[in-house]
Amino acid sequence: MDNNCKNEGRRDFLKKSTVLAALAVASPALVKAGEHDEKIAALFEKIPLNIDVNGKAYNLSVEPRVTLLDFLREQLHLFGTKKGCDYGQCGACTVHVDGKRINSCLSLAVMNEGKKITTIEGLADGEELHPMQKAFIKHDGFQCGYCTPGQIMSAVACINEGHANSRDEVREFMSGNICRCGAYPNIVDAVIEVKKGGQSA
Amino acid sequence: MINFEYIRASSVKAAVNALAKNPTGGFIAGGTNLIDLMKRGVTAPTRLIDINNLPLKQVEETSAGLSIGALAINSEVSENDLVKNNYPLLSMAFAAGASAQLRNMATVGGNMMQRTRCTYFYDTTMPCNKRQPGSGCGALQGHNRMHAIFGASDKCIAVHPSDMCVALAALNATVTVSGAKGERKILFTDFHRLPGDKPELDNNLQKGEIITGIIIPKNNFNKNHYLKIRDRASYAFALISVAAALEVSGDTIKKASLAMGGVAHKPWRLTESEKFLIGKTASKENFSKAAELAMKGARGYGHNNFKLKMGPIAIVEALIKANTGNTDGKD
Repeated sequence: MDNNCKNEGRRDFLKKSTVLAALAVASPALVKAGEHDEKIAALFEKIPLNIDVNGKAYNLSVEPRVTLLDFLREQLHLFGTKKGCDYGQCGACTVHVDGKRINSCLSLAVMNEGKKITTIEGLADGEELHPMQKAFIKHDGFQCGYCTPGQIMSAVACINEGHANSRDEVREFMSGNICRCGAYPNIVDAVIEVKKGGQSA
Repeated sequence: MINFEYIRASSVKAAVNALAKNPTGGFIAGGTNLIDLMKRGVTAPTRLIDINNLPLKQVEETSAGLSIGALAINSEVSENDLVKNNYPLLSMAFAAGASAQLRNMATVGGNMMQRTRCTYFYDTTMPCNKRQPGSGCGALQGHNRMHAIFGASDKCIAVHPSDMCVALAALNATVTVSGAKGERKILFTDFHRLPGDKPELDNNLQKGEIITGIIIPKNNFNKNHYLKIRDRASYAFALISVAAALEVSGDTIKKASLAMGGVAHKPWRLTESEKFLIGKTASKENFSKAAELAMKGARGYGHNNFKLKMGPIAIVEALIKANTGNTDGKD
């Protein structure tokens, strides 16, 4: 495989240079999905990405292998979203994509072209904390706090999905967020309280 | 993660062509298993073809039955009213799988294509015939608590990890695939394969083919239950799962469909048990006899010997829960 890469290197380089030049003059916004195919393949190193994060539009370039999590943390410097396991097992990286909670460690940034992302930084209304953030503080829904941004993002989605009708249901639908300190009872208290308060994100 | 080319496919044909041009490439849909495997170096595609924009997201009744697109999202299928009302077994199986976040990402086609969670497959420092043919099987003499009791070979004792697939096997679904030679249909129970001498092959999809969807025929199963036994209450792979669907009239079983998960390289249909149950009274005694029949040919590998005892208990439990009408997905 390495040999193949080397053999095709020069041709690929020429092809990439041409495409890079073409893309450089075109606004990234003009590069529509339909035109992507071969052009993007040839680019290899970096791909233009139009993405909305917490209400702010970004036109950036990313390597295909960059996960949404690493993109948020390393390129946008939004460090609220945490890297726990990095394998989709802990939920610390939970963010909302078009309103749905997902594990940002298992999504490539480039797969989120045109999507709206909400991270923990986008939850508060200015200085006014989101009701779920307030409830976590009130009920002491954390100890070390590392899982907390993911727990809160997941909890907000859990209520929006209509999956917070009982403590059992909350436990089941929050099972994708691991808390190694074991603050679970307090987290359930917080979710139930916000649910009862009729609050939603 | 080793870098790769990234392409967005705008049609099924374009996706198939893009893969044909680079056979060491692969499709990416939800990515929940593939990205995990790529990070660990278990797999390293040189080209990823993003198929998320393809129009394969439908969940709709057709004359042939329920048509579900390969890119339909697990959580959306699970909560779809058609599925909840007419195919509750599938809805229950979805709800038992993974976490809410993963179900929001994972697609139906991707769920079928997910790889085993055998730790020897994941650990690139260990031998694994599935990951590296000919290197041996670490699980055979190793830690094999999660492993197969049916249909394994001396090359591989891994199990398929899906819940959805167990329900689809029981529901007699058909898979539609598309490739350079056109479209074809594969019975769901023939889609995944046993390891035999080629454990590197999880399924019978041909090189260059793409899953476009599944079709579940209409059924009259009025008693359904998906039972999942795992190491914690939620968000864990099955030690054993049982999909049970019965058509019961009065007390008599008219039709039975049973499949197990966590026990084989593919969803394991219990055909002998099904045959036995037809025409019988729906009773614990008959369920026990059916469970006994199901375990014929089962063998343990040491750490997973407990599955030999757990298997029949799980089958009886699933049948009782199905028969008592507990179809709300909660145990």
